[in-house]
Amino acid sequence: MLLFLSRIGRYTLSHLAAMGRMFLFLLSALALSFRPPAKIRLILYHIKTIGVDSLSVVVLSGFFTGMVMGFQGYYSLRKFNAESWLGSATALGLLRELGPVLSAFMVTGRTGSAMAAELGTMRATEQIDALYSMAINPIKYLVSPRIIASLIAMPLLTAIFDVVGIYGAYLVGVGLLGVSSGSYFSGMESSVVFHDVYSGLIKSVSFGLIITWVCCYKGFHAPPMATGVSQATTESVVLSFVFILVWDYFLTAIML
Amino acid sequence: MIRVVDLYKSFGNQQVLKGVNMEFVTGKITTIVGTSGCGKTVLLKHLNALLLPDRGHVLVDSVDITQLRQKELYEMRGRFGVLFQGAALLDSMTIFDNVAFPLREKTKTSETQIRHKVEERLEQVGLEGMGYKYPAELSGGMKKRAGLARALVMDPEIVLFDEPTTGLDPVLATSIHQLIVRTQQTFGFTGVVVSHTIPQVFEISDYVAILANGIIEELKPTKEFQSSPNPVVQQFIRGETEGPIQVL
Repeated sequence: MLLFLSRIGRYTLSHLAAMGRMFLFLLSALALSFRPPAKIRLILYHIKTIGVDSLSVVVLSGFFTGMVMGFQGYYSLRKFNAESWLGSATALGLLRELGPVLSAFMVTGRTGSAMAAELGTMRATEQIDALYSMAINPIKYLVSPRIIASLIAMPLLTAIFDVVGIYGAYLVGVGLLGVSSGSYFSGMESSVVFHDVYSGLIKSVSFGLIITWVCCYKGFHAPPMATGVSQATTESVVLSFVFILVWDYFLTAIML
Repeated sequence: MIRVVDLYKSFGNQQVLKGVNMEFVTGKITTIVGTSGCGKTVLLKHLNALLLPDRGHVLVDSVDITQLRQKELYEMRGRFGVLFQGAALLDSMTIFDNVAFPLREKTKTSETQIRHKVEERLEQVGLEGMGYKYPAELSGGMKKRAGLARALVMDPEIVLFDEPTTGLDPVLATSIHQLIVRTQQTFGFTGVVVSHTIPQVFEISDYVAILANGIIEELKPTKEFQSSPNPVVQQFIRGETEGPIQVL
């Protein structure tokens, strides 16, 4: 019995310690992000890798998500003779929830995994040790620019996802299912308020931080071997998804 | 002068260093030899605090670097240059940018001066005109040369070499050894080399130490080391499996 309890204790302590390390990593990266000199060129480069390079996958997934919402929304609203509210339902769903969450998932899969793999490889090939030995703080050089870039790129990607998704639902609802174009947009205009747009963008900024934090942490602390890098990549994606969904629940509860 | 005092380090249940004591003479090359996995690289990484000990001290000019705060530690690391086992070049940059990297990040040197200094270092290691290449386009020997150019670009007082000839053919290994000697004579740095390639490494070393069973079993000037009656030294030099060195 004592052995069993001590095992549970050890397991709990090691996980609490790991969470503490992860949190300290975030604090350190955030503090260094706002300490001069700003790495402008690196930030621009990472805005490209997080933002521009994820654009195609975000546009594609936004378009199809919107089209599916067009079908599903029409099917549900027709039961209440409320098809004219399709624009409103789609816009609210995308702006408040699906836009930020799904674009965050896309960025995690497209860029977050690459961050973990890149930093994990740098750990395995001693490039991170080389930065330390050159008296350069690797968190300032490798992590902080990615954090700032993700804070800038994520809301922009989410906004694009929202717009493309609304257009996808419009094509299905108005083009295929015969909803009036005027009621699609007027319903949207009358029910969507600035708070809906703003809450979605707040979510996307915080998801950007979560993705960069988790993926960089996992890559930075990957065991220095090939399996360590692959393990870090997998863990970073799974953990980011979980953190995004859990944090989404709390943000929704606060900002509803 | 670097002095290691009673250094202990373990990873999990594995005790790697069990009370290492040694000194590195300023302006000379000291080589640490020992079997693979005996903890040579672990010891080397303690010298510029890339690893911190469980117990013990590393004194650089009487300053215990294990007790320094982060800012002081970064300043102290600026006195070191390191050539890593795989060169550890940043693979997203060209060789020129790799060598220029510490100058751009840590100094306010103008781009003209940086270009001049980087080209000079690349020439000193035999890589003139190769600056535009990426690390992935270089052979193992060329990567080591580029790594050495980067290690020397800040004119360090102390240079650490982690297995500088591992994975190289004998001809390339000799050329890297000659390069270490030549650059040491040019710059006058204190060199610490970790290696197990004997007897070649004896030719570049002023002092040789052997790390075995977690401690420094012998540290002597090279000639005396080679003729030492210490059974650990003799077992290592002869490459015998039977003897006081525990083979993992």
